[in-house]
Amino acid sequence: MPSFLIGRLTSLALSLVAASIVIFLIIEVVPGDPAQFMLGLNATPEAAETLRKALGLDGPLLDRYFTWVLGLLRGDFGISYTYKVPVAQLIGDRIWISLPLALYALALSTLIAFPVGILAAVRRNSATDVSIMGAAQLGVAVPNFWFAMLLVLLFSITLRWFNAGGFAGWQDPLLAMKSLTLPAIALALPQASILARVMRSSLLDTLGEDYIRSARAKGLSRWQTLWRHALRNALIPVLTIIGLQFSFLLAGAIIIENVFFLPGLGRLVFQGITSRDLIVVKSVVMLLVFAVIVVTFVIDVTYALVDPRLRRATR
Amino acid sequence: MRKSLVVLALAGVLAMTTALTPAFAQARTDVKIGLVLEPPSLDPTAEAAAAVDEVVYANVFEGLARFAADGSIVPALAKSWDISEDGLTYTFHLVEGAKFHDGTDFNADDVKFSLDRINAEGSLNAQKALYASIASVEVVDPATVKLTLKQPDGNLIYNLAWGDAVMVAPESADNNKISPIGTGPFVFKDRVEGDHITLEKNGAYWGTPVALEGATFRFIADPTAAFAALQAGDVDSFPNFPAPETVAQFQNDPRFRVVVGATQGETVLSMNNGKAPLDNVKVREAIAHAIDRQAIIDGAMFGYGTPIGTFMSPASPDYVDLTAQSNYDPEKSKALLAEAGMTDLTLSLKLPPVEGYARRGGEIIANQLAAVGIKTEVTNLEWAQWLGEVFTDKNYDLTIVSHTEPNDIGIFARDGYYFQYNNAAFNQIIADLAVTADPTKRSELLKAAQQNLADNYAVGFLFELAKVGVENAKLKGMWENAPTQATDLTGVSWEQ
Repeated sequence: MPSFLIGRLTSLALSLVAASIVIFLIIEVVPGDPAQFMLGLNATPEAAETLRKALGLDGPLLDRYFTWVLGLLRGDFGISYTYKVPVAQLIGDRIWISLPLALYALALSTLIAFPVGILAAVRRNSATDVSIMGAAQLGVAVPNFWFAMLLVLLFSITLRWFNAGGFAGWQDPLLAMKSLTLPAIALALPQASILARVMRSSLLDTLGEDYIRSARAKGLSRWQTLWRHALRNALIPVLTIIGLQFSFLLAGAIIIENVFFLPGLGRLVFQGITSRDLIVVKSVVMLLVFAVIVVTFVIDVTYALVDPRLRRATR
Repeated sequence: MRKSLVVLALAGVLAMTTALTPAFAQARTDVKIGLVLEPPSLDPTAEAAAAVDEVVYANVFEGLARFAADGSIVPALAKSWDISEDGLTYTFHLVEGAKFHDGTDFNADDVKFSLDRINAEGSLNAQKALYASIASVEVVDPATVKLTLKQPDGNLIYNLAWGDAVMVAPESADNNKISPIGTGPFVFKDRVEGDHITLEKNGAYWGTPVALEGATFRFIADPTAAFAALQAGDVDSFPNFPAPETVAQFQNDPRFRVVVGATQGETVLSMNNGKAPLDNVKVREAIAHAIDRQAIIDGAMFGYGTPIGTFMSPASPDYVDLTAQSNYDPEKSKALLAEAGMTDLTLSLKLPPVEGYARRGGEIIANQLAAVGIKTEVTNLEWAQWLGEVFTDKNYDLTIVSHTEPNDIGIFARDGYYFQYNNAAFNQIIADLAVTADPTKRSELLKAAQQNLADNYAVGFLFELAKVGVENAKLKGMWENAPTQATDLTGVSWEQ
C-alpha cells in the first residue's frame, strides 16, 4: 500500500506541474494585450506601457512563470487586472455559488436517477421501463440552456415564483437556495437522465450474475436480493459517473450561469478570457485542474481500498 | 390520462396567475437598473471602460462641470467660471459645503490634486490627451482655482465634464477602484463582482437631494436573460437593452415603456487609409456608394438608427447632413472601381464582437460589397484581438465600429490612429478648433471638418447608434438620450 500511495502521489505532482506549464504557455500565446484592452481606444501608448509594467507583464517568461507558481504555492493567486482585488477573494466569493450549485444539482440528479433507474431495471421491458428510458432519452437530448429558458418562462415570468436570475447571497440561506433552485433543476435534468440510464444498465448486468441466482436460490426475496447484493455491486460505475459529473458541474455550468446571470466560477473564467484578465483565467483554471486531479486521486485510492486487486496490479 | 391532467392543471395555474398579476401601486424608493457590461474597477479616472461611468458618473462622482440630459454642459462642483480674454486663464468658483463621502471637505486643494493627477507622469488616465493643454493649476483660496493653459483650448470645459476628470480626494483616490469616494448624491454601498453594485442615498449631499433612497445595478450580459429579468421584475430599467428583437413585445405591454433616444455613437465602416488600395480615394468612394445604409439599419439594428454622412451626431447643433454625398448607387460604385483600375478586389473585414452592428451589419455589408464586385474576407474577432490587430497594428482593410465618445471628430487628426487618415487640411481645422473659443467660429470649423471627411470618404459613414431602453412604465426621470455614457439617477423617481 505505501508504494502504491507514493506512486499515485508522484503522478499527482507530475500532473500538476505539467498542467501549470501548459496553462501558463496557452495564456502566453493568447493574442491581445490586457493593458491596451483596459485602457480602450483613446489611451496614449505611454499610458499602456505604464500599465503593462504595473501589471508585471514585461519581465522574462521564466521569471513570470516562477513568480506565478511560487505565488500559487503560498496561496497568493495575484491581483485581478480588471477588478483590482485579489483573485483569491474572487474565487472565494464565487465558489460559494458554484460549489453549492454543483452539490444541489448533483443531489437532485441522484434523487431522481436512483429510484427511476432501479425501477426501470426491475421492470425491464415493461411499459414503465420503456417510458422511463424514453423520457431519459429526451432529457439527454434537450439542451439544458433551452430547458432553463422554459423554466424561467414558466416559473419567473408567468408564475413569478422565482426570480429570473441573480443570486440573493447567503445572508438568508433560504433565499439563496431559492435562487439556486431553477439553475440546479436545469443542470440536474440531463445529468439525471444519463445517471438513470447508467444505473439501469449496470443493475441489469449485475442482476444477470450467478451470485444473484444463488442468493435467490438461498431463499432471499427479489427485493432483498436487489438491495443486499445487486445494488451494491451495480453502484461502482454509477459512482464513477457521479464523480465525473461533479467535476463537470463545478466548472461547466457557464451557460446556465449566463442564462440565470449567476456569478459563478464558470462565468468568472469566461469573463476573464474576454476581458483578458489573464491572471484570473490562469489561476482559476489551475485551481479547477487541481480539484479534478485531487478528486481522481481520492477515487483511485478508494478503489484500491475497496478492491485489493487494483492495489496489486499497479505494483 | 395522468399526463393530460397535469397539462390541464398547469394551464389552469397559468391562467389564474396571469389574471392575478398584482397591479402594484405603492411608490417605491429604490430602483434596480440592468446593465450589459460590468465595470471592471470603479475609478472613472483610471479606467477607459464606459461601464464605469454607467454606474458612478453623476451618482457617486462629480466633476467641475457635468453633462445634462440634453447634452449641454452645466456647472457641477464649480458653480461658475471666468475665462480670460486671451483664453489662457480659467478661474473656477467652487460650490460651498460639498463633502466627500468619507466626511472630508471638498475644496480647491482637491481640484488641484485631481487635475495634477491626470497629467502626472505614470498617470493611467485613459483620456489624458484631453487635458494636455493644462499648464498649471493654482489654488487661489479654498473656493477658487485658477487654471493656466499652454494654448487656448475651446474644448476645456466640455472635456472637464467627462467622467475622466471627476474630483477625487488625496486621502481616498488610491482606493477608488474598489471603494469609490466621491462627492455625489449617492454613496457606494457594496459590490458583488459579477452580480451587482449597490448605491445608497448620500444624506449629507451638498446639492438638491435625490428622491431615491437606493439603487442597485445588476449586470446581465445575455440578451435572453435581460428579457427575462425585465419581464420578471428583477430589474426596473434596462437603459441599453440588448435584445432589440423583443422590443415589440414590451411596446405592447402596458407595464413597460420603450424609450428610443440618440447616442453619441457614430457607427462607421472604418477603412485603412494608410494602405493600398484604400489609400486611393476613388476606391473609398466606390465603397461608400456600394453601401445601402437603410438596409443595414433595418437588417442589423431592427430599424433603430439614424443614417449619417459624416462623423457627427445628428443630435448635435453643428451636424451637417451629408448623406446624399455618399448615397447608395451601385452603378456609380462599379464605374469608380473601373476608373481606379480595380478588378478582382479582395479586402479583409475584421469584426469586433458586437452582435448587432458589427456581426449582423458585417454580413450585410459583405453582401453589398459583393454586389459591386468587391470580395471580403470576414474575420470575427474578440475585443482584445481587435484592439491588437486592428487598432494597434493597423493590420486590416475594413472594420465596423461604433465610436461612442461624445464629439470625437478630432480622432481623425490623431497621429497613428487606426484610420491613418493623415489629411493635412483636416489636421489644420482640428488644430484651429483647439485654439478657438468663439462659438460661431467653432461651429464653422466643425462643419468644415465634417465636409472634409465626407469629401474624402475617410470612412464609410453608416448610422448613429440608437439608445433603445426598456423601463417600468412608472419610473420617471431616466435619460432618454445618451450625451455621454452614464446612468444619471439624480432625477429619477417613481410615479405615486
